[in-house]
Amino acid sequence: MEALDLARWQFGVTTVYHFLFVPLTIGLGVFVAGLQTAWHRTGKEHYLTLTKFFGKLFLINFAMGVVTGIVQEFQFGMNWSEYSVFVGDVFGAPLALEALLAFFLESTFLGLWIFGWDRLPKRVHLACLWIAVIGSNLSAYFILAANAWMKHPVGYEVVDGKARMTDLWAVLTNSTALAQVPHVVGASFVVAGVFVLAVSGYRILKDRDAKGLLPRKADFATPEERSRKNPDMWRTSLRGALVMTAIAGVVVAGSGDLSGQLLREQQPMKLAAAEGLRQDTAGAPFSPVPGVEIPYLLSLLAAHDPNAVVQGVDDIQERFEAQFGPGDYTPNLPVVFWSFRVMIMLGSAAIGLSVLGLWLTRGRGRRARNVPTWFAKACVLALPLPVLAMIAGWLLSEIGRQPWTVAGELLTAASVSPGVTTTEIAISLALFTVLYGLLALAEAGLILRHVKAGPEVTAPDSDSDSDKTVLIPRQLQAESRPTLMY
Amino acid sequence: MTTFWFIVIAFLWTGYFVLEGFDFGVGALLPLLARGPAERRQVLGTIGPVWDGNEVWLISAIGAMFAAFPAWYSGFLSEFYLAMVLVVVGLILRGVGLEWRGKVRSGTEAALCDAGVVTGSVLVAFLWGAIFGNLLFGTGLATVLGGALSLSLAVLHGAVFVSLKTEGAVRARARLAALLASAGALPVAIAGLSALPSGADSVPLWVTAGAAMAALAAGVALVWRRREGWAFAATATAIALATASLFGALYPAPLPGLTVAEMASAPYTLTVLTWIGLVALPGVIAYQSWTYWVFRKRLTRV
Repeated sequence: MEALDLARWQFGVTTVYHFLFVPLTIGLGVFVAGLQTAWHRTGKEHYLTLTKFFGKLFLINFAMGVVTGIVQEFQFGMNWSEYSVFVGDVFGAPLALEALLAFFLESTFLGLWIFGWDRLPKRVHLACLWIAVIGSNLSAYFILAANAWMKHPVGYEVVDGKARMTDLWAVLTNSTALAQVPHVVGASFVVAGVFVLAVSGYRILKDRDAKGLLPRKADFATPEERSRKNPDMWRTSLRGALVMTAIAGVVVAGSGDLSGQLLREQQPMKLAAAEGLRQDTAGAPFSPVPGVEIPYLLSLLAAHDPNAVVQGVDDIQERFEAQFGPGDYTPNLPVVFWSFRVMIMLGSAAIGLSVLGLWLTRGRGRRARNVPTWFAKACVLALPLPVLAMIAGWLLSEIGRQPWTVAGELLTAASVSPGVTTTEIAISLALFTVLYGLLALAEAGLILRHVKAGPEVTAPDSDSDSDKTVLIPRQLQAESRPTLMY
Repeated sequence: MTTFWFIVIAFLWTGYFVLEGFDFGVGALLPLLARGPAERRQVLGTIGPVWDGNEVWLISAIGAMFAAFPAWYSGFLSEFYLAMVLVVVGLILRGVGLEWRGKVRSGTEAALCDAGVVTGSVLVAFLWGAIFGNLLFGTGLATVLGGALSLSLAVLHGAVFVSLKTEGAVRARARLAALLASAGALPVAIAGLSALPSGADSVPLWVTAGAAMAALAAGVALVWRRREGWAFAATATAIALATASLFGALYPAPLPGLTVAEMASAPYTLTVLTWIGLVALPGVIAYQSWTYWVFRKRLTRV
């Protein structure tokens, strides 16, 4: 393997890994803020219980998103110095904006939220969380604007072999970005929504007794016990997540449709590769699986016109050779073809589950016993679906962009750092892979443990090193733990 | 405009070293200052609400270098490839350790988190000094001396911060740690800082480097006299002035043979960045200051 291949593998591995955590940060943050808002508005105790429970899961995950994000920012310079020099004038701006306008908000106000439970007025404390999650979502916008520019560069000119920004507004309102931001952010809310569904489904299943019955309010001895173990609150979080997932699903589908149309104009090679279409075709068909063709569907999807021409891989290759000189301008076709299908199928399955759930749990009393057992199980099993769909979407988007880093301007092969040796990249790739693998296991174990334990005392040992989210009355909390919540 | 952006980037690095300096020091000193779980919580509680926001100063400094001086950003990061790998690994270990230690079981798991915090803090605090020392002088001695300088300053700064932010036994130990750290930090700082102004036009550099040494000495004296707030201000000033001297020595060629003018983005980019920075940075400083005000109370053992 050459340095270029290793550098690409490292970017792929670290980026996909980073994006396992980011969607959950984006979507779950808003969900937790919604729960806390509900508590603030209604004063109902179970909203607070849910806020703290999902808040803890959110924070375990947030840590991983942050630390793996640093690798991303460093990596452009470390491994892709030629790329960085070429694009920095344009691409650096949204990255700098992301840090200045989004990351500062996110990190500072999340710190205030974590440690501010007993320090800040309730209203201000809630506002801190909202500001932090707005920061997270804002950061998604900036980084996706930067990413969109690689696929559809706008607002620039090339001077002395470097891209020069001529219009920041054009970069930030790139049509590709405006379609991609709702698509990715919406998908993040689907990921987070299904995560909450899986957790809620698990808790509902777990709280049933041997006969499959849930405890009733009268079964609890004290009001505290009731507020901790009340299974009906999981119906609340389940319903909330269903609504969030379904709405996000509509956004994902709509923006996906828009992205498809933009692909036809802006990135014809990616669209052709996604279908494996070899020749320019009017009324192009779509194959859900190889061998099955639905006539006209691809043209219909990509242009909203069954007879529209969709360009084919071989014809585009010829045109690119005429335009850019000899070379291979075709991305890895099987990967792009299959990731497109995996994205659509698994993504649709996740969204379909939420619509089905909304129907099943409609207006039958606000009780967990009205959630069918099989549906709760389906929610648990659905956990990986949107995550895999998300990964597949990124593979489609970024492998489909090859062989370019900046479409039509800079080849990936010309982007890599010339001074960094194969050995160096092998070391860093091995180090990141091992470290990331261990941390992924730790995070999964940690989340699983907290989900299993539920919103109760997590550590029985009173002299333990861990901070406990014991749901003791607030005034007691304030006395015993004045400074260190969580 | 390029000089102005060089100063902005120097300012972001200064903010990073001053703020994360004490985060690293606190992390590095954890096993020495705290006996038992309650004290460990107390020590790390001093940086708990703020360390993540402090780290964003680095993200911003690097991001601003990318946008304003792409060749500086890419040359700096790719030249020191393996060192940068270790920096991010250190930051990962420290960040995960700090965030997870309150959510894991006591005993082995908490100890692992603490090990991550200590390792990450020491590693990254050493590496930044080593990287900049090597960048300026290119010798092994400068690398080690630079690393020792940044690590010892961070430890001193962190010890003073803990003594300012805690009560009881930890506070007393932090004061002792600060005095011991200054025995290392002072000579290293004098050696390191006096090496910086080696160029011809070095009078302003001598002044800044000299002022940094004076602030450091004042900090040590104030620790001795138990004026913790003023001591913290002095060590913060020392680190700020030392960073200013560093960037003064890097100007106008922060990479060997490449000047800021040659590496800069076009005027349009720098202009829009300036406007955005002028709006955003004062806000950042305001709300981060507010955070420190919210968590201004000393922490007791709980």
